[in-house]
Amino acid sequence: MIEATPLLAAGELFPRGVLPYLLGGLLVGAGASVIYLSTGIIAGASTFLESTLSYVSDVDRFNRFTYLQSRGWRVVFTAGIVSGAALWAFGLAPALASVAPSMSSTLGPAADPGAWTTDVQWWRLLGGGVLVGVGTRLGKGCTSGHGVCGVGSMSNTSFVNVATFLVFAIGTAQLVQAAGVSP
Amino acid sequence: MTDARDGRHPLFIPAIYVGGLIFGVGLALSGMARPEVVLDFLQFQDFGLLFVMGGAAVVTGIVFAVATRLNSTAPLTGSEFTRRVKEFDRNVVVGGVVFGVGWGISGICPGAAYASVGIGNLPILWAIAGMFLGAYAQGYLRSRGSTA
Repeated sequence: MIEATPLLAAGELFPRGVLPYLLGGLLVGAGASVIYLSTGIIAGASTFLESTLSYVSDVDRFNRFTYLQSRGWRVVFTAGIVSGAALWAFGLAPALASVAPSMSSTLGPAADPGAWTTDVQWWRLLGGGVLVGVGTRLGKGCTSGHGVCGVGSMSNTSFVNVATFLVFAIGTAQLVQAAGVSP
Repeated sequence: MTDARDGRHPLFIPAIYVGGLIFGVGLALSGMARPEVVLDFLQFQDFGLLFVMGGAAVVTGIVFAVATRLNSTAPLTGSEFTRRVKEFDRNVVVGGVVFGVGWGISGICPGAAYASVGIGNLPILWAIAGMFLGAYAQGYLRSRGSTA
């Protein structure tokens, strides 16, 4: 499907192809589904930020019953995400590159084995991170909670949230680029 | 069936871990763990990210739709299968704006940031520190607001 002579326009829209994105997305959905089907829990990634703060802070908001009750498994969920990504970069991707190099190159840079480091400047990561921390908690969810699980639930609240954050993220990223900040 | 000490099924924590593991492999493979890939999407240079959110939402959409129609409960907890429907209020929009601006500046969101640690991207710890700071600030201010 991907190997078929790509249209020039498609190549411009998807310079890295669509396969790694599609496979990655299906796996993200599959991971959330494993948790849902076995436990009934709809897991988002950003509640971890608040529920984990309850270990070190006595601020009321972080010590609500739902956070105290879920903080343990949320640490495990996050540890799973970290180790799953490590499994890909240091286990599966190197194995694929040596066993099936053509498939590895079809997947593009995401299949490059080993550690990878961003060039995005530290102040963008820190400053953007602060706003992400505020916004996801105020808005009741993030890209996984609203974007994947909420949209998958056909929730109008999530549709509004996702449309809002997409519009503002695109606007902001274009302004940052126009201001000549790169990376 | 359940663990006598805390009332939890012994497979509860393993199931969460395995789910997180698959989730993390997906985030690494999709490139979302790399802020550059997300910024390329937001700057209209690579639209692949649509397939990540779309692909994931299609899977959860089908699974949620089927599970909520089954007359059954989750095997490890006995919980009913429900959809993720949160109440709408002004904060959903305000939070979306603030999150969007932050995502546009940094190219990173919470789940992708955790995955980024896994691929050895140590500078992402700046973003994770920022997220904890932001989550703390809003929790502190809202807790004060509610008791004042």
